[in-house]
Amino acid sequence: MKIIVLVKEVPDTYGERKLDLETGLADRDASEAVLDEISERALEVALSYADSAGGAEVVVLSMAPESATATIRKALAMGAASAVHVTDAGLAGADLGLTARTLAAAIRRTGFDLVITGNLSTDGSGGVLPAMLAELLEVPNATALSSVEIAADSVSGTRSTDDGNMRVSAPLPAVISITEALPDARFPNFKGIMAAKKKPFETLSATDLEIEPADVSAAASIMTGIAEKPPRSAGVKITDEGDGGTKIAEYLIANRLV
Amino acid sequence: MTEERDALIAAVREFAGTELAPNAARWDAEKHFPIDTLQRAGDLGLGGVYVREEFGGSGLSRLDAVAMFEELAKGDTTIAAYISIHNMVVWMIDTFGDDAQRERWVPGLAAMTALGSYCLTEPGAGSDAAAITTSARRDGDDYVINGVKQFVSGAGSSAVYVVMARTGEPGAKGISAIVVPDGTAGLSFGRNEQKMGWNAQPTRQVVFDGVRVPVSNRLDVEGAGFGIAMKGLDGGRLNIAACSLGGAQWALEQALRYVHEREAFGAPLAANQSIVFTLADMETELQAARALLERAAGKLDEGASDLVPACAMAKRFATDAAFHVANTALQLHGGYGYLHEYGIERVVRDLRVHQILEGTNEIMRLIVGRNLVNRL
Repeated sequence: MKIIVLVKEVPDTYGERKLDLETGLADRDASEAVLDEISERALEVALSYADSAGGAEVVVLSMAPESATATIRKALAMGAASAVHVTDAGLAGADLGLTARTLAAAIRRTGFDLVITGNLSTDGSGGVLPAMLAELLEVPNATALSSVEIAADSVSGTRSTDDGNMRVSAPLPAVISITEALPDARFPNFKGIMAAKKKPFETLSATDLEIEPADVSAAASIMTGIAEKPPRSAGVKITDEGDGGTKIAEYLIANRLV
Repeated sequence: MTEERDALIAAVREFAGTELAPNAARWDAEKHFPIDTLQRAGDLGLGGVYVREEFGGSGLSRLDAVAMFEELAKGDTTIAAYISIHNMVVWMIDTFGDDAQRERWVPGLAAMTALGSYCLTEPGAGSDAAAITTSARRDGDDYVINGVKQFVSGAGSSAVYVVMARTGEPGAKGISAIVVPDGTAGLSFGRNEQKMGWNAQPTRQVVFDGVRVPVSNRLDVEGAGFGIAMKGLDGGRLNIAACSLGGAQWALEQALRYVHEREAFGAPLAANQSIVFTLADMETELQAARALLERAAGKLDEGASDLVPACAMAKRFATDAAFHVANTALQLHGGYGYLHEYGIERVVRDLRVHQILEGTNEIMRLIVGRNLVNRL
């Protein structure tokens, strides 16, 4: 069983998150870079399975700037067996389509039985990458799982929606994404951190994956505008003159909040 | 490799932030000794930071250790200080024990599934540690230990007690270090002392009433105990000083935030030059303490000939500076600093004892001063 976990370096949610108004890219210097918590939970799902079922190999995969090495290595310190880091200046600012094509190529190259991702990253918050990967890899996809059971030839779990919980399952190979309902990840311990530097760490470029980032024949998104987040304005005060309830209702309706 | 060191320190910071900091106030108020949390510290590798890897230690340097204890203390100074003492005990067994002793005790201690206590001070012998009267009388292949040890951290919860006891002549040369496992007949403990701070770890007397242990529990040769106890303290002093630094650094950060938020006379406190000068002094004192501490840790790592005074002056300076900084942070908070809720008064209470234990700061001056005078 080979499990690939997608991990992502993101700006720490405690810090300020900013976009560079020149390039439209995330300003990576604006706050501390950390391993996305949802990535850690996805890794925990894989590691827990590997702990209980012998013979499972956990590989972490990330498409990230070169500077993300230390963050990816944290995933190795937590217990992943090896890492694949796709890094290429041409991929900076890649949209979801290019990201999915690149990651799918790396996943195929590495080989997999199961791909585990978070449901959405805390920075981009796209939430569609798992489905795009499954489409490109031509395998089943179960998204937003709040519980996961992995078996030798299938994966199943609970998918929570606004209308209720569904039980879903798929034969392997498959792609799943998980939610924050799954347990916190383990801490990397000193032994893990010291072992991490000896684990296989493969670095791949777009060319290695036969991806042409500037390929204009592929559909791509275009950024049409970017602006600074507007400053917070003072809230609306409603003075109750006997019609306070009506005014609140009108405000909520006018702002489409109900 | 600095990336690896950063990752190690970051792991400790994360542990302190998630496992210690959210609980520190409650553990202090309830006098709760969090043995389960200590086991997780052991899982991380904090049970034997600078203990060799052979029997489960983490094999890191003293320089790594002081950075780690500083991070731990930002979460909870008392628990950081307890882990510091535990490390001292494990290091003593690993360094001065034979392979059989190391194999028997180090794995559990390094994992912190077993805790260790250091027993030197007695009701009648503190700074004059060579005057201890607890005796270990040879009886065949056993020692029979009688006496009372005072101010023992972790007493009643520990699995092993490293006891300095008199096996020979009066003075330092007649002392041996003996490991007494918990549960040995004749071993008992006093009440949990009511203290100013350090409430999250128990401090009790340890009473030896005809405690019989095999001679094979003695570390190194007979008469080596005082030297072992003092060598343990060299590192212990650095770790305690690092705990002071962490607590004070945390208090400084709280104060920094407070002087920005709190307004008086129409402006934030930070707009006052007197406040800015005070903050500058706090920062400078802590940076100086850290530099002195790192210097001493480096000397301990390389076994420099002047490591003893280097550790003593670092301990004296850092624990005094840190107490002063924490107390100043309290003052900057005004009345709020005096409330439990803000955590500052707890750190002040906790750091006060660091000027007393692991050798009082007066004894530190004696070590530094004598070393200086004897140079001539």
